[in-house]
Parts: sequence; C-alpha cells; structure tokens
Amino acid sequence: MRDALPRPVCVRLPALFDALFPGVERRLEVEAATVAELVDALEARWPGMRDRICDSRPEIRKHINVFVDGRRVRLDAALAPGADVFILTAISGG
Amino acid sequence: MTETVQVLLGTKKGAFILESDGSRAVWDLRGPYCETWPINHVIADPATGALYGAGGNAWFGPAVWRSTDGGTTWTHSSRGLAYAAGEAPVASVWSLAAGHGRLYAGVEPAGLFVSDDNGESWTHVEGLQRTPSRPEWNAGGAGLILHSLVLHPDDPKQIWVGISAAGVFHTADGGETWEPRNRGTRADFMPEGQTYPEHGQCVHCLVMAPGKPGRLYQQNHCGMYRSDDGGRSWASVERGLPSSFGFPAAVHPRDPERLFLVPLNGDTAGRYMPDAQAAVWRTEDGGRAWTAAREGLPQRNAFFNVLRQALATDRLAPAGVYFGTGSGEVYASRDEGGAWTRIAEHLPTISSVETFVTTG
Repeated sequence: MRDALPRPVCVRLPALFDALFPGVERRLEVEAATVAELVDALEARWPGMRDRICDSRPEIRKHINVFVDGRRVRLDAALAPGADVFILTAISGG
Repeated sequence: MTETVQVLLGTKKGAFILESDGSRAVWDLRGPYCETWPINHVIADPATGALYGAGGNAWFGPAVWRSTDGGTTWTHSSRGLAYAAGEAPVASVWSLAAGHGRLYAGVEPAGLFVSDDNGESWTHVEGLQRTPSRPEWNAGGAGLILHSLVLHPDDPKQIWVGISAAGVFHTADGGETWEPRNRGTRADFMPEGQTYPEHGQCVHCLVMAPGKPGRLYQQNHCGMYRSDDGGRSWASVERGLPSSFGFPAAVHPRDPERLFLVPLNGDTAGRYMPDAQAAVWRTEDGGRAWTAAREGLPQRNAFFNVLRQALATDRLAPAGVYFGTGSGEVYASRDEGGAWTRIAEHLPTISSVETFVTTG
C-alpha cells in the first residue's frame, strides 16, 4: 500500500561542516526523492554546501561518501521515504 | 601615523599572518586560518582592506576564502568557480589578483575566473579556453596550473597570465582573446630545433615592474628573463646567477630596475639552495649584474626550496623583502636584502608570501 503521507529522509552531515557552515544542523529531515534533490535542499538551506559535496561534472566529490541505508551511492540514487542518509568525509589527505 | 606591516602566508595547512609595526623588528604570528585548508595564495586588496585566500581541500574541493576583519573570521565561496558540467572539475585555486574593482582567480586545470562581488560569485573567462593552442597545453609537474596573474595598473582590459607549462599569454580586450608571449624564452625539454616554441614554455613566476607596465620579469624552468615590451620579446638575464632554475621573483616596490630572485640548484638536482647555502639574488640594473644576499641566512645544510609565490617585498623605504621556505620558515630583511632575520619557523610548507602595509 502506498504511503499517503510524504516521509522525509533523515540526513546526517559531516562533522567538518560545523566549521564551514556556522550554525549548521548536523542531523535533519529533508523531503527528497533522490540524492541530487537532497543536495538541492541542503544548498537552499546553506548556500555553498553543494560545492562542498559535489563537483561540477556533477558527481559526489572523490573523497566524500554518501551512504543510503548503509550502502554507498551516487548522486542519481533514489531515496525511499524514511531513508537514512549519511554524508561522510572519506579517509584522505596528508 | 603608525604603520602596520602584515606578511600574509599561504601554507599547506592554512593561512597565517605575521604582523609588526613599521620598525619590522618584532613579529607576531596569527593563524592558522581557512580551517587549515591547503592555501596556495593569500592577498590583501589594498582598495578595500579585505584579505583573500585561494586553495583547495582534499575533501571539499576548491574555494576562495575572504576576511573583512583582518583575518579574525573567514567565509568561503566557490559559486561559479567551475567549468561546464561534464568537464574535468576545478581542482584548486592557485593565484589571486585584485585590481580595478575586480578579483581574479587562476585555477588548476588552467583557467581564469573573475569576481565582481568580492569573491562571493565567479564568472569563467572563457576566452582563454578558446585560445588556439589550448588543446596542446601540457601539464607541468604540479599540474596544468594558472599560477601567475599580472594586471595592468591603468588599463583594466590588459592581463598577463603565466601557465605551467603553456607559457605566458596576454589579453588586451579583457579576456576575449589571448596571444602567447614567449618569444625568446627556452623550452629545454623540447626536441632539438624546437626549444623556442611559440607556446609550451614552463614559466614559473611572472611579475611586473613598478611604474613601468611594459617591463616584465619571469623566472622560468629554463632561465630567468626580462621583457621591455609587455612580453612580446624576452631577453635572458641569467648570466651571473648560480643556476638557470628557480621559482619565485619579486620586484622592488618603486624601482623597475631592481629584482629579487631565489635560484635553486637545478630542476633534477634536488631543487634546493645551491651548495646548501641560502641566498637571495638581487639586481639593481634590470638583470645585467647580480649579487647574492646572504647575511643572516643559513650557509650550511640549507636543503630547502622556495616556491613560486613565496617571495615578496613590502612598500616601506627601505623596502622589506620576505621569503617562505618549503620547510616552514620565514626570513625577512628590512633593508632590501642587506641583512636577514628568521621571523617564523615550524610552520607547514609555505606556498605563498605577500605583504600588506596599512597606515593609521
């Protein structure tokens, strides 16, 4: 049976965003049907956030990982209602 | 009236600021700023007093940072700082220049962006990508980077850029069209008979003499050069220097005949101080004769390098000269290279040194 009420996804943002986007909520609920839509919603709320998550191809940045319900996905991945989304910084740098 | 001298440092782990009064005797260090991102270049816009930092982060990509409170707080933006969808993304921002009310950013892979709102948003100067030789440009060891940005002091439509390893290019129409300006500069890495190409030279640093817009100097992978016609032709000035290789160049703030260089021991010889003895080389006659400034600089076991944007002068009289090393030290002279003092150490690898003098 189709869910009558829209159910937002739950997204968690990386700890390093605390410094880059003062006042950011590290955990929030967003209405989005794909990861790309989710990034759009984050950009609308915190301008500039898209450039920190995605490059201009556009793709998720090389050293950023997006997990949906435990699986690493790309920008075009669909989000089921109520999905659990983690945006994480991968191990990299030097 | 008291003067404040700031030495702005871009490093592998953030931006730092050294500050002194006009005596330049005691220096305080502040930082790191820009959330310890790798910062390739930090400048001040003298017209507004704003500070800008250019760089890129391993996770989050390229950005230009801005501070309007002397470095205490910074914001960042990449809006518009991108190539078209599907193309190789901008990896990082390498160089900044402020002038004529605009802010320019040179990036890797080589390209030029301009901002009319103090770095909030950026527009791609697409004309540079339409340059006929663009498909033939080669990446240097650090990548295909636009690292040198020289604005004409009076004509906002004239810009010179230095790209590794594509050479020097000039626009007279605000970026719509560009022409290579490399005649007379060598490309030793090309086959016999092709060592003076129209483009493809590995320029390392391009600077303009004060009060004389036609006078340019460049430090190149293959030689040191001077031009008196805006880069249309170049003459070698490397005679008398210990090598034909080095990265940074800095002009005297008032005298177009005076230039400072930091030659290194060679491109395949380690790229450190010749004979492991640190020296800044200076000329007072446009490169005809050179002398080494060594007093106060380490003369034993100095195996450091000085990167392409890590040498600068200030505008006081006598002029201050500053350089930052790959091993995180800053050396300063307040008498145009006569004597040197180490004013910072134990910093991350220093990418750039610029100065900002305010009077208040």
